[in-house]
Amino acid sequence: MPTLIQVELPAVLRLHAGIASHYPIPLVVEAPVTLAAVIRALESAHPALCNTLRDPATGRRRALVRFFAGGADISHQPLDAPIPEAITQGREPLLILGAIAGG
Amino acid sequence: MSKVRVLVGTRKGAFILTSDGARRHWSVDGPHFPGWEIYHLKGSPADPNRIYVSQSSAWFGQTMQRSDDGGLTWTTTGNQFLYEGDAGTHQWYDGTPHPWEFKRVWHLEPSLTDPDSVYAGAEDAALFHSADGGATWRELSALRTHGTGPHWQPGAGGMCLHTILLHPTDPKRIVIAISAAGAFRTDDGGLTWKPINQGLRSEFIPDPNAEVGHCVHHIALHPSRPDTLFMQKHWDVMRSDNAGDRWTEVSGNLPTDFGFVIDVHAHQPETIYVVPIQSDSQHFPLDGQLRVWRSRTGGHEWEPLTHGLPQANCYVNVLRDAMAVDRLDDCGIYFGTTGGQVYVSPDGGDHWQAIVENLPAVLSVEVQTLP
Repeated sequence: MPTLIQVELPAVLRLHAGIASHYPIPLVVEAPVTLAAVIRALESAHPALCNTLRDPATGRRRALVRFFAGGADISHQPLDAPIPEAITQGREPLLILGAIAGG
Repeated sequence: MSKVRVLVGTRKGAFILTSDGARRHWSVDGPHFPGWEIYHLKGSPADPNRIYVSQSSAWFGQTMQRSDDGGLTWTTTGNQFLYEGDAGTHQWYDGTPHPWEFKRVWHLEPSLTDPDSVYAGAEDAALFHSADGGATWRELSALRTHGTGPHWQPGAGGMCLHTILLHPTDPKRIVIAISAAGAFRTDDGGLTWKPINQGLRSEFIPDPNAEVGHCVHHIALHPSRPDTLFMQKHWDVMRSDNAGDRWTEVSGNLPTDFGFVIDVHAHQPETIYVVPIQSDSQHFPLDGQLRVWRSRTGGHEWEPLTHGLPQANCYVNVLRDAMAVDRLDDCGIYFGTTGGQVYVSPDGGDHWQAIVENLPAVLSVEVQTLP
């Protein structure tokens, strides 16, 4: 069953995808709600985001992309693992950040 | 009256500079794609309003853009660059095998006749082609797999395919260059490739005359003489008069023959330009004086061009894709620096002026001459 979640994107990706809002963006994700499913839904809703969060050759999260849920870093959990209920029940957004690495 | 449109790629976005044929007063538009590294953007010779852009980021990878209205609006195109088959390994800096990994597109070369056809030179070195306006990309894998690939190794900037020269009348002939592998040519549209590095001598590799391993920085040609190639190598300025089959050194009286850019005057095929750089470890002009050197004899004899360029305390670099020429009657020469200046000479190099002075570090400069 599709689930409505909220996602926060880095400003540079919002601008790149033409997303004007500074608020978390609503996103319908097919079950089971995993990071992989979130990425698929983001790429489907905003094609400009294709391959920006994951490497198309390996399918892995890009090294400088981080995922946070409920204050916890879930960047290193498998992409096909379920994400916390606080996200899937809409109590808080999934945070997608670019690592602080200068530049 | 003719116009020029200068396409500038920088570390933090793209800029479009426009002027009339006099090239004295300029409009500056940008940044486009702010915050992204724009290694290269280039317009289609077949449709000047079609512009392709390589947009990349250490965080978010490679994306591609296309404009169909001369840079007023942009469309994100396909960014799936996948090596064909098992990518294999090349040499790492320490000589050990290292897997081929796609990092970014360094150079875009639109077809001379078809606006939907465009080549992309990638790091790690490979040549890709799109026949559908950038929607999809396919590797011309015979280059990477032709045999010497396991011996290629990266230069300081990465193992990049940075130069793509399309023959003006023979669509099957393409010359490319890779740092640090050397130059290669196909005569059959990419089905087979051969190294074209005879005559290059590189003291910094174990066999200075090796078939591959040379750090070619850039190659240029004049469309009226496509078999004559001019090369700025890591050290040495070279020329070939047989499409790269044999090279001879033409550094002549240059004060140093290290550098990155080289280009050819639009109407004088033996007039060429370089920007000498101190050395491989000191990437700035000699004595803090920014000088373009011009040869009217296809090399050997060079003269410094200084009028309007800073002649004290200048320690910028001019990167390999950051020089271009326009096609106006009085040929304009353009180059950009890592200090964010873009200079133009509207009279073939005799006089220079800065179009802009404070952009992010300039990675590439291309010029479109418009009706």
